Amino acid sequence: MVNPNLDPRGYQPGGVPSRERRFRVTTWARANLFNSWLNAVLTLATLWLIWTVCWPLLKFLLIDAVWDGASRVDCLADRVGRDVGACWPFIGAKLPQLLYGFYPINEQWRVNLTAALGLGLLVPLLMPSLPYKTANAILFFGVYPVVGFVLLVGGMLGLEHVETRLWGGLLVTLVIAVTGIVGSLPLGILLALGRRSEMPAVRGVSIIFIEFWRGVPLITVLFFATYMLPLFLPAGWAINPLLRVMIGVMLFAAAYMAEVVRGGLQAIPRAQYEAAQALGLGYWRMMGLVILPQALKLVIPGIVNNFIGLFKDTTLVLIVAIFDLLGQLRAAFSDPNWAAPTTVATGFAFAGIIYFCFCFGMSRYALWMERRLNPADR
Amino acid sequence: MSEHGSSPVIRTTRNAVAVELSGVHKWFGEFHALDGVDLKVMRGERVVVCGPSGSGKSTMIRCINGLEMHQRGKVVVDGVELTDNLKRIDEVRREVGMVFQSLNLFPHLTVLENCTLAPIWVRHMPRREAEALAMQYLARVYIPEQAAKYPGQLSGGQQQRVAIARALCMNPKIMLFDEPTSALDPEMVKEVLDTMVELAMDGMTMIVVSHEMGFARQVANRVVFMDFGQIVESAEPEEFFSHPKHERTKLFLSQILH
Repeated sequence: MVNPNLDPRGYQPGGVPSRERRFRVTTWARANLFNSWLNAVLTLATLWLIWTVCWPLLKFLLIDAVWDGASRVDCLADRVGRDVGACWPFIGAKLPQLLYGFYPINEQWRVNLTAALGLGLLVPLLMPSLPYKTANAILFFGVYPVVGFVLLVGGMLGLEHVETRLWGGLLVTLVIAVTGIVGSLPLGILLALGRRSEMPAVRGVSIIFIEFWRGVPLITVLFFATYMLPLFLPAGWAINPLLRVMIGVMLFAAAYMAEVVRGGLQAIPRAQYEAAQALGLGYWRMMGLVILPQALKLVIPGIVNNFIGLFKDTTLVLIVAIFDLLGQLRAAFSDPNWAAPTTVATGFAFAGIIYFCFCFGMSRYALWMERRLNPADR
Repeated sequence: MSEHGSSPVIRTTRNAVAVELSGVHKWFGEFHALDGVDLKVMRGERVVVCGPSGSGKSTMIRCINGLEMHQRGKVVVDGVELTDNLKRIDEVRREVGMVFQSLNLFPHLTVLENCTLAPIWVRHMPRREAEALAMQYLARVYIPEQAAKYPGQLSGGQQQRVAIARALCMNPKIMLFDEPTSALDPEMVKEVLDTMVELAMDGMTMIVVSHEMGFARQVANRVVFMDFGQIVESAEPEEFFSHPKHERTKLFLSQILH
């Protein structure tokens, strides 16, 4: 007899998964994980590996973690009377410093507002289904940098001036990374086009620029920008130290970006150039409408790779006394009030999670975009 | 440029020169690709160019819209002499449509966007108008229903017909075809040739590099045979096929007509 309530996949409404379904899971495992001796061994070894890595991590971050406390003593094993994992109160106490550096507390709303505005403009820009892309792009790339500059730096419109040496933490990390990312892509595209130009002067300048910046380590660039550049500038000329570093990072990233983009340009068949030319499109329109959309799509993985590398490289500004997220973290470690055995590990775990969220986010978004842009898949 | 939006224009054969090449030479390194080519094509005339591979046919028609620059001699297209001046080259390219052997629609754009790209960005036509024009030409090559698809979703023959429509959307005065059917599967050759025949019937000035002798017989006013970078023979199709004068022409015809 056929039970009309029984769905063919073995699911009984309102009941527990049927025996039939549980049976299927074990058959699947038997067919795929334990179908030979070698596979069985590999499966067990993998499970063991996952266990040895994940369990201590879970134990440290969550199970043994201390969640409340006012100072180091709350994170001491003797005091708590058990094994102690992550000391989260430390992060809680240092959070303002990790996010804003020494940005004055009363002015921190300006940072929050800048971040909120940036997010409010960026998210709709990244969602292809939303309308008004042109207006959105103009607001984000044209208006927002000015608004953000005024809000963060101040000194006008009744806003108190906040010197950049007071900036720090995630604020500095994001300012350097976002300007680097937004600036290096267009600059890199121009350099790539320049390197493939038929005009010897343009090609020469592009090659020299790219090879110079690729040839020196980022640390050298930062050192040079911070300590050497002022010596070469005429007296009375001073460029803000943060700005110097931002420009250094941007130019450095642009050189790498140029080579990625050039790879994409080389993959576009000559027939595409000729078809565009035959229609009467001039150089810039041919590049902008026909060649670059195809070339950039091809090199999305490389571009995002560069973005992620750039985001993580921003921590190097630590060596020129600019305190990004990691710099602030190290400063926080030296606070004797929080000197407990697990604070350092907690701090690095926290920084690791933040960096991972940003980088993984970029990577997933790029992957999704790549699939979307591939017309053959639609 | 006053022809925007009008129905495909029936061009009357006026006794005016559309394309004139005189004493054109072109070298690729040591290779003498064009060796003193003289060719005059009148408005409304349809010329089919044939010859063995490497004979300079493609190079010659690519010189007409500046995809290759000639090194000696003179190329005048629609009254404009082609020089190194990029503005002039673009001016000529706006009036000369070209269909290539390789299927080179823009793969990242839909069929409709392929057709409207140049009218919008080169002719500065309003989008709506450009789309209407594109749909009209897509209907003319019998694929209006494919407008929203991407080139990769079409057959080779359909792609080549879109390429013809794309060129026509610029309302060109002259159409160049560089072996438009050579890259196609045999069963798709006819649909493309039929489109070209219809275009010829409308009086379009056409220069076609092709080995499709049936097409040449049907529509050409003149068949030109090239070999070693020179024009060896040029005659009306009837004359050309039945009484070729030159030995090389006879040999070539015997090879391709079996």
